[in-house]
Amino acid sequence: MANFFNDNADLKFTLENLELAPICRMLEDGFKFAETYDTAPRDVEDAIDNYRRSLEVVGGVAADNIDPRSATVDKEGARFADGKVTYHPFTVQNLEDLTKAGVMGVMLPHQYGGLNFPVTIYTMMTEMVSRADASLQNIFGLQDIAETINLFGNDEQKAKYLPGFAAGKFDGAMDLTEPDFGSDLQSVRLRAWQDENGQWYLNGMKRFITNGCAQVHLVLARSEEGTTDGRGLSMFICEKCPQLVVRRIEDKMGIHGVATCELQFNDVPAQLCGKRRLGLIRYVMSLMNGARVAISAQAVGIAEAAFRAARKYAAEREQFKQSIDQFPAIYSMLSSMKVKLTAARALLYETTRIVDLRSTYSHLCEVGAPTDEDRAAQKYYNKLAALLTPMCKALATESANQIAYDAIQIHGGTGFMRDFNAERYYRDARITNIYEGTTQLQVVAAIGGVMQRDLDRRIEELAALELPAELQAFRDKVMAMHAKQLTAVQFVADRKDSAYHDLVARALVEMETMIFVSLLLLRDAAKDASRRAIAERYVIDSEYEFAMRYMRVVSGDTALMQNRCEIMDY
Amino acid sequence: MNQRILVFVKQVPDTQNISGDAMTPEGTVNRAALPAIFNPEDLNALELALQLKERYGAEVIVATMGMPAAAEVLRQSLYRGADRAVLITDRALAGADTLATSYTLSCCVKALGKIDLVLCGRQAIDGDTAQVGPQIAEKLKYPQLCYVEEVRELSADSITVRRAIEGGYEVLSSPLPALLTVVDANEPRPMNAKRIMKYKRAATKSELAKKFPETADAEAEKLLAQNLLIDERNAASIGAEPDRIGFPGSPTKVKQVMSVVLTAGEVKQIAPTEEGISLLIHELISDHTLG
Repeated sequence: MANFFNDNADLKFTLENLELAPICRMLEDGFKFAETYDTAPRDVEDAIDNYRRSLEVVGGVAADNIDPRSATVDKEGARFADGKVTYHPFTVQNLEDLTKAGVMGVMLPHQYGGLNFPVTIYTMMTEMVSRADASLQNIFGLQDIAETINLFGNDEQKAKYLPGFAAGKFDGAMDLTEPDFGSDLQSVRLRAWQDENGQWYLNGMKRFITNGCAQVHLVLARSEEGTTDGRGLSMFICEKCPQLVVRRIEDKMGIHGVATCELQFNDVPAQLCGKRRLGLIRYVMSLMNGARVAISAQAVGIAEAAFRAARKYAAEREQFKQSIDQFPAIYSMLSSMKVKLTAARALLYETTRIVDLRSTYSHLCEVGAPTDEDRAAQKYYNKLAALLTPMCKALATESANQIAYDAIQIHGGTGFMRDFNAERYYRDARITNIYEGTTQLQVVAAIGGVMQRDLDRRIEELAALELPAELQAFRDKVMAMHAKQLTAVQFVADRKDSAYHDLVARALVEMETMIFVSLLLLRDAAKDASRRAIAERYVIDSEYEFAMRYMRVVSGDTALMQNRCEIMDY
Repeated sequence: MNQRILVFVKQVPDTQNISGDAMTPEGTVNRAALPAIFNPEDLNALELALQLKERYGAEVIVATMGMPAAAEVLRQSLYRGADRAVLITDRALAGADTLATSYTLSCCVKALGKIDLVLCGRQAIDGDTAQVGPQIAEKLKYPQLCYVEEVRELSADSITVRRAIEGGYEVLSSPLPALLTVVDANEPRPMNAKRIMKYKRAATKSELAKKFPETADAEAEKLLAQNLLIDERNAASIGAEPDRIGFPGSPTKVKQVMSVVLTAGEVKQIAPTEEGISLLIHELISDHTLG
């Protein structure tokens, strides 16, 4: 009886120390649901106990059911014939197991048969599912679609779709990307038109649609004829039907278990979800931010699997009469992998906690009786979530790639062979820093908040936490970096050169990430001495990495803007 | 069709994941080193019952005989989909061998009213006897279908199963009521998060007495109203005769428990000659390996 929750000290530590009490109190609206629903918790302790038990259920299913099937799913993959997508029998079985485990409507309200859990707990589940089979996360993780209908749909739509999602009868797809527009979603062309009775129809193409064979689709479409930007786009719900044709599925490098579809909409009947013209700027941005957190979790899950495979192999593999993890060249890699993994997870769950606070305060402000303080809190967490989400995705997905890369390196020639899982982790990780916005786009989303110093209040709070004497010197190092970061930000702001700003944006975002994550790891190390070595190593590694980027940013070197063609086209 | 299926389950020490010495110096099982788990093949029996419930509609009752702590496997059954749970616990049941156990469980079947089908795991991983299921059937005079892999068909008065036999399988039909022992041929479903949230509060009266010494009865009333009270019975309440249960009812007496470690001894070379073989045979006869 293996268990991906119980065997993961970091995940268990996170659940115990994340201070979820205020979030579950708000989610359960003072625990009033317990009177109506026998699955609703009665108090904080009861709620956290429910979280832990459910994580144990998913941890068990991931380890005992999904993980053993994942190599076969990867080899054989999803199939496409005669216009129909067929998932691998093991994928179907995995989804059945998760349905039986009752975790298909994790974030949906009690009234629709959901668990009413915070995104933090759902994210932990997606992380464990990804560790077992990254491609399955792409289907399991589409619960965000139900969540989007719950947030923006009308009561009729909610009643129609949400119970089906919670029961595992519906699966979803979010149809955004088109052949010509990926990152540039505001230019989406798929046309939505209305007949004289007001019925909407969708017409056009979508590409790279994960699980495009789903029952329920959220589609971004141009409802305002003659517009060309994001303000002419609306969000629609449509269902699988003969007019919605899967033209082909992609032959991909990784995540073989899930079908990535090209869709043709031949006047597909659809319903407007939410208000016209808010499709991209409000709903899809919200959906995408949710998906970015989910993909960060997918990356952390793959990284966990890759690290564990490498750690195990290095302990067992003997060369020169000793196990290879005795060699500095190897143990330094393994340590660095573990530090990166822990750093990514720390930022991931700080992000989900902030996202949960944002959601609960937003809900309060929309339907409750908010005080001025509540409104201020909503605004504050909204700003933090908007910065942390892209920052987290950039860190988690880039780290997962490095960890998966090093995991192969530690396996040596064996790692290059299909017999071991290391190469699968590497292939699966590779998409994470591309889809739901490339790392380059995450930088674009995050740089504004870095320049505006949106994190400074939180940084101050974290820096003010009481630390044991041994850790204080490390905090001093971090705060020295923070002082330099303020200098670097000022330097870039003073130049008033948008090209230079864009050129150094990634460095600045990464520097900000190092400062913030250092403080998170020191916070955690103060609670548990067994985490100190990891926190210290992260701060030390960050110091060098930070210094290099700092030099670049304040160098003011703009030569590349002029001579890039000489370089690229030599 | 609304048949009543009774599944017998057992809480056993986890002999797969031993975290320390399995035996105490006194030669008894070291329970501290062996976490208590749901006997694996009983999970297969429960899964089969739940599948029958889905296919034909049925009430699934789970029962166990054991210490008060065995209520945990009953809760785990409720988490997976069982409708009702019964704990048979009584100090007088301690020390039962398979004869006394099967007698007790047969009394339980009778005490529960109309039961159409009794399901047991083939065997428990602590005793590995595979005797209890068949003995229950004998006592109830039910037909027994052992080593069952799947149920082909269930009707109001008969059942058709496929069961494993050496080198293949056979398909058998039997009138109801009947008893089945089930082998590891299906994949037990995971516990359901929503059911956990509901049934984690399910408890027996003795658990309530421990947790709420002052107000146990009131708590029991509350749980009963929510269908969360685990039905707890003792030997008397299932009509078991005192001299047929526990130690008095168990002809099997454990003389000694040993941890036997099989290792290769020293190597002896025998010359491949008439004389060498003759010496070997005489040696084997003298130490009673032969003859």
